[in-house]
Amino acid sequence: MPAVHGGERRWEAEAAPGMAAARPLALLVLLVLGPGGWGFADPPRDSLREELVITPLPSGDVAATFQFRTRWDSELQREGDTDHYFLRYAVLPREVVCTENLTPWKKLLPCSSKAGLSVLLKADRLFHTSYHSQAVHIRPVCRNAHCTSISWELRQTLSVVFDAFITGQGKKDWSLFRMFSRTLTEPCPLASESRVYVDITSYNQDNETLEVNPLPTTTYQDVILGTRKTYAVYDLHDTAIINNSRNLNLQLKWKKPPENEAPPVPFLHAQRYVSGYGLQKGELSTLLYNTHPYRAFPVLLLDTVPWYLRLYVHTLTITSKGKENKPSYIHYQPAQDRLQPHLLEMLIQLPANSVTKVSIQFERALLKWTEYTPDPNHGFYVSPSVLSALVPSMVAAKPVDWEESPLFNSLFPVSDGSNYFVRLYTEPLLVNLPTPDFSMPYNVICLTCTVVAVCYGSFYNLLTRTFRIEEPSTGGLAKRLANLIRRARGVPPL
Amino acid sequence: MGLLSDPVRRRALARLVLRLNAPLWALPVAWLERTMQSVGLEVYTQSFSRQLPFPDETHERYMVSGTNVYGILRAPRAASTESLVLTVPCSSDSTNNQAVGLLLALAAHFRGQIYWAKDIIFLVTEHDLLGTEAWLEAYHDVNVTGIQSSPLQGRAGAIQAAVALELSSDVVTSLDVAVEGLNGQLPNLDLLNLFQTFCQKGGLLCTLQGKLQSQDWTSLDGPLQGLQTLLLMVLRQASGRPHGPHGLFLRYRVEALTLRGINSFRQYKYDLVAVGKTLEGMFRKLNHLLERLHQSFFLYLLPALSRFVSIGLYMPAAGFLLLVLGLKALELWMQLHEAGVGLEETGGGSGPSALHPPAQGVGLTSLVAPLLISQAMGVALYILPVLGQHVATQHFPVAEAEAVVLTLLAIYAAGLALPHSTHWVVSPQAPDRGWMALKLVALIYLALQLGCIALTNFSLGFLLAATMVPTAAVTKPHGPRPLYAALLVLTSPAATLLGSLFLWRELQEAPLSLAEGWQLFLTALAQGVLEHYTYGALLFPLLALGLYPCWLLFWNVLFWK
Repeated sequence: MPAVHGGERRWEAEAAPGMAAARPLALLVLLVLGPGGWGFADPPRDSLREELVITPLPSGDVAATFQFRTRWDSELQREGDTDHYFLRYAVLPREVVCTENLTPWKKLLPCSSKAGLSVLLKADRLFHTSYHSQAVHIRPVCRNAHCTSISWELRQTLSVVFDAFITGQGKKDWSLFRMFSRTLTEPCPLASESRVYVDITSYNQDNETLEVNPLPTTTYQDVILGTRKTYAVYDLHDTAIINNSRNLNLQLKWKKPPENEAPPVPFLHAQRYVSGYGLQKGELSTLLYNTHPYRAFPVLLLDTVPWYLRLYVHTLTITSKGKENKPSYIHYQPAQDRLQPHLLEMLIQLPANSVTKVSIQFERALLKWTEYTPDPNHGFYVSPSVLSALVPSMVAAKPVDWEESPLFNSLFPVSDGSNYFVRLYTEPLLVNLPTPDFSMPYNVICLTCTVVAVCYGSFYNLLTRTFRIEEPSTGGLAKRLANLIRRARGVPPL
Repeated sequence: MGLLSDPVRRRALARLVLRLNAPLWALPVAWLERTMQSVGLEVYTQSFSRQLPFPDETHERYMVSGTNVYGILRAPRAASTESLVLTVPCSSDSTNNQAVGLLLALAAHFRGQIYWAKDIIFLVTEHDLLGTEAWLEAYHDVNVTGIQSSPLQGRAGAIQAAVALELSSDVVTSLDVAVEGLNGQLPNLDLLNLFQTFCQKGGLLCTLQGKLQSQDWTSLDGPLQGLQTLLLMVLRQASGRPHGPHGLFLRYRVEALTLRGINSFRQYKYDLVAVGKTLEGMFRKLNHLLERLHQSFFLYLLPALSRFVSIGLYMPAAGFLLLVLGLKALELWMQLHEAGVGLEETGGGSGPSALHPPAQGVGLTSLVAPLLISQAMGVALYILPVLGQHVATQHFPVAEAEAVVLTLLAIYAAGLALPHSTHWVVSPQAPDRGWMALKLVALIYLALQLGCIALTNFSLGFLLAATMVPTAAVTKPHGPRPLYAALLVLTSPAATLLGSLFLWRELQEAPLSLAEGWQLFLTALAQGVLEHYTYGALLFPLLALGLYPCWLLFWNVLFWK
């Protein structure tokens, strides 16, 4: 099940204050190679190829080299019946998502960007947004109960957050045309379903607050991340919606502009930073916020730290509410220089209404001078930590049938009615390593090499060349012909 | 660049400036929060409190508590790994309100742009540098100076560069730039070049050390003015004080400088639009940086905005000065050696003991007492003034700050009596060898200290070397003792400080009278001690624990019996 997820710009669920459910600047690859086919008596240290190419993508942009790939061999992973020996985890903390990623991604869609919802995906609008995240998930799905044959499921998601503050000049109204500079005209002929969902939660409570145009024919209610939401559903296969005006331009207007009330704070959010100064030591700190008023819940924290930050594991401290918080499970896999990063996995219980600080000290390693990136003074990226939790919900959700709403079930998986699953990525970090001044060696090396090359080259040329006086060849074809004739006659050539 | 070109923004700025001109006594935290939120920033506050070791009389503060307000502009589609800071210190005497207005106007303008690749933090600090220090320590989650502050709720990755802004009125005639930071640290020269470029582009009048830039370097006037500017920079850098809020950023390796708007009686005046354009240009340039500023010089001296003296040019001067100490020490060593050989020969010894002159044995035992006692004086000078301030205020009719300064001076002067208290431990035999050994140790000690100081803060090292080295080299217990004593006192660290103050005011064309100079000297002493405790400035411990004991050794040499 390779899942490639490229995101850009952390996004915060609560808009202004506080930290948030952040989607990362990360490219996360989880790879399970199926059982069988890898029957080694003595399993090699790492039998994966260095490059991991996701074949459906023609551009090759997602086929990145994962230098610091590590085995993810923790007890938690061994619980299933699959062989997790070949489970690998790798993160590429810095990947700029641009039109070169979007174009091949769009080509995977059944109608490309010719028809259906995908006509909205115009690059120049999508990349003027606050947040952009596109993903490709591929996984095997069993065709029958015994799993004798499998199908492959390809799921593509695109998340975009528009900044209404810039485009709307303070107003919160929006329309499809204003956001995408396109409107919807027809469903994709290949699609069996083509729907637009609009969150109109406050619409139903009070008709005076907002207005949707055109009026929705059906609505859909569900419990999303612990809150009850109402969505207006526009089915593009419903001919009435398109035919009225030849196109569908959804508009949402706020009749009464909502006050500057703070958006609800999510129950779980996190923040990560490097503390300390100087180029020798530092500390990685992760703050985990549980804002639930009365429920504590456990969080699984997964951290991969590159080897050039030498972690001092004895300095690992976890404090919540001023007291030490002992994790119920710890898996630590130390780094090997230039081979694999540190892997730290912990199960931490977050008390209700608390901030938990996880901090660990590190020392910055001195790299070999060929190991520095071309822009060493930019700093080195440390990948985000991943938080997975079952967050208790305030509203009891009824178990939903998968067949009924596959979209919401795959986007917001619910384990049972009282909890919902959340996976958070904290922000990536930029750490400066002690960097030599590359200007001097580079200048010296370049200059010396040039001088040596020029001198050596010309000297070698002079010494090995044999000089010969060549007679000017005159006549050309006529002379050659004459020579042939002379040779035939047995006379020495000209 | 369209900053403030449309009348709506211009009116908004005027309204802000008017609102801020009303007298206020504390930072209007709630108002700032609301305003920053309305322009679309993520706003956070941070409260801090600090009890100074003794009352600060120049700023009239002792128990300080305040609140910093900062708003973060998140760059679109970036991951919050890098940020830039625009900071405005705000104090109760409302001298910097125009800068707050300009900061808010810039924030509103920047928020509407989509080209930002780094987050921008707009920071308004209370109690000028104390607030900045509290914020920086909380941002980096360290506690260097013992300030108490609430943890920060919002961060924006590694800070790449910072600009501090101080404006005293809404029209400026020139912009002064300050680069000298804490302990003489300097920002990368490229940041200054960037500012200078935008000064020229915007046609602004920019000054360095308050001095106009001379255009004519061919006649004598230009270089002379350059020399004045250079000397002012040397004095300011040697003081080790942060000359503006930017000085505290440098510790965290954030390139930073302070811009000061000066309103003097010049003909051409610029409004805030011109200053805003300069800042906008600088931030757009910094926003495009791929790496931290590192290409240009970190160690330099500036005779003018467009000219600099690089480390390769000025370092030999300090090197030659220190060479004097080395050569003198070598000479003493050879004299000691010869004297030792002479003694051996008269005593009848020979052979390998010539390599091991007994002078060392005699010298070392006689050296322990003066070394220990002078070092103890240094420790007393460092600890006692602040520790004993309450005792002093109980027994003498002085305030705490005065008590600290007067104790400092008293201990300093008491050190002069050291030779009379130590001479009884000195062995009577071979008196010459005793002072020679002591002077040898003192010379090496001084050379090492000055060498280390010159490497980290060249100005301070050079200033101290230029004053201390000649007298240290010639001091000996023979010859015109009163003259040597006068010279030594005149070149002691405290006298250097006093002289530097006079020179500084002379160069600023505001000469001091003797009484004013003395007052300024006392204030400078108090400030020096305070800055050590509040920001971690190293000048006071350096002088008290390092150079003063070393100077006492030479004093000891002079009065050797």
